[in-house]
Amino acid sequence: MNFFHFIGQNHAQVLELTLEHLWLVGWSTFFAIVIGLPLGIAIARHPASSKPVLTVANIIQTIPSLALFGFLLPVPWLGDRADRLAILALTLYALLPVIRNTYTGIRGVDPAVVEAGRGMGLTDSQLLFQVQLPLALSVILSGVRVAIVISVGLATIAAAIGAGGLGEFIFRGLAMVNNQLILAGAIPAALLALVADFSVGWLERRLQPR
Amino acid sequence: MPPTAPERPAIEFVDVSYVAPGGQAVLSRLNLSVRGGETLVLLGRSGSGKTTTLKLVNRLLLPSAGEVRVNGVPNSQGDVIRLRRSIGYVIQDVGLFPHFTVERNIGLVPTIEGWPQERIRSRISELLQMVGLDAALASRYPHQLSGGQRQRVGVARALAADPGILLMDEPFGALDPLTRAELQQEFLALQQRLRKTVVFVTHDLREALRLGSRIALMEAGRLVKLLTPQDFLRSGDPMVSAYVNAFGGCGDEGPERAGNRGAE
Repeated sequence: MNFFHFIGQNHAQVLELTLEHLWLVGWSTFFAIVIGLPLGIAIARHPASSKPVLTVANIIQTIPSLALFGFLLPVPWLGDRADRLAILALTLYALLPVIRNTYTGIRGVDPAVVEAGRGMGLTDSQLLFQVQLPLALSVILSGVRVAIVISVGLATIAAAIGAGGLGEFIFRGLAMVNNQLILAGAIPAALLALVADFSVGWLERRLQPR
Repeated sequence: MPPTAPERPAIEFVDVSYVAPGGQAVLSRLNLSVRGGETLVLLGRSGSGKTTTLKLVNRLLLPSAGEVRVNGVPNSQGDVIRLRRSIGYVIQDVGLFPHFTVERNIGLVPTIEGWPQERIRSRISELLQMVGLDAALASRYPHQLSGGQRQRVGVARALAADPGILLMDEPFGALDPLTRAELQQEFLALQQRLRKTVVFVTHDLREALRLGSRIALMEAGRLVKLLTPQDFLRSGDPMVSAYVNAFGGCGDEGPERAGNRGAE
């Protein structure tokens, strides 16, 4: 039985697990942006606080993912549902690229432009929304792109705690020593990462400031 | 050229000192009055405190001691945003917003001030004409313009909300000599018409002599001398003549000669 045959026969399940996978990645990316973007803006404004924040985000990223899932398991409410837990863990991993790129993107805006804006009497929020964020947007988006790709990969491991997703095929295949099954999880996951990478990359280029 | 009536100065520095965050004294006890409608040139070498002096006016920097008054009122009073919008600001690096077209750059302050669309549009075309730019450039982006065109847009943007005061920090410093001479010429013509109170920073003596109604020579954070261009050339003060000598005497100075390579 070849791989395509397997996919053909189990397309309903492949689709279901892919959707689960997208669910995990989608929410974690959403939360990473909702938390990471304001945090990145805040540390860009107060550079003194950038070091501790980036260090913490860095440390989180070095925790092995399987261990992080394990640590979070006993947490009340969260531990009740595997998908919540997986989303939290994935969010934590996705935070660093979002925070870091927001920070570097804003700090990288030409100082002359910022000074001119300030000198013209733009308020802090006008400066942020009209000048700094638009000019940093492509850098921020490339952080989001990295975050998504990381999440797609790590979400396969979430199956280990029963959160579903394409990792189910991979773990089942590992247990049954069945390469078809492993590939049925790994290839769609890789495709997801590629599609996400490509489409956010496209958006990034379109929004590139001149 | 300077107004005869001793009216209230437009900008006044009273015992102003500025110490940089690193602890270095950049400006010490500066006393200086800028008359309404004049072009006061701050002249001096790099690090003499010219730019700092300028930034104290629109509160991009706050004095460590002393007081800066704008139209008689200490500029530490009242809203800093209002203050800055009433003062035009032009810098050497221009600082045009790269993601905005020329017209959006020029119209930004009027827009956030809530002017009606129609008035903004007519103001933009008025300003483009005023600084000698083709109306067709309005929809271009800054990276599509030459250096001279960009600086013209910078001037137009600073004039957009019709401020009474204009701060210019080496606005023509990065331009080639020909373009610089052209812009200086147009600045003179424009100033003849508009009569703004201008504080102009430069290290180029020729530019100072050409554009200034008075020249304030600064050195190491202090005001050395405040003289008209004519008196500047005749002054016996050693620091003033050192500056004049560094520029090859400048005795043949005149509008026609300016724009030759200056300092640098």
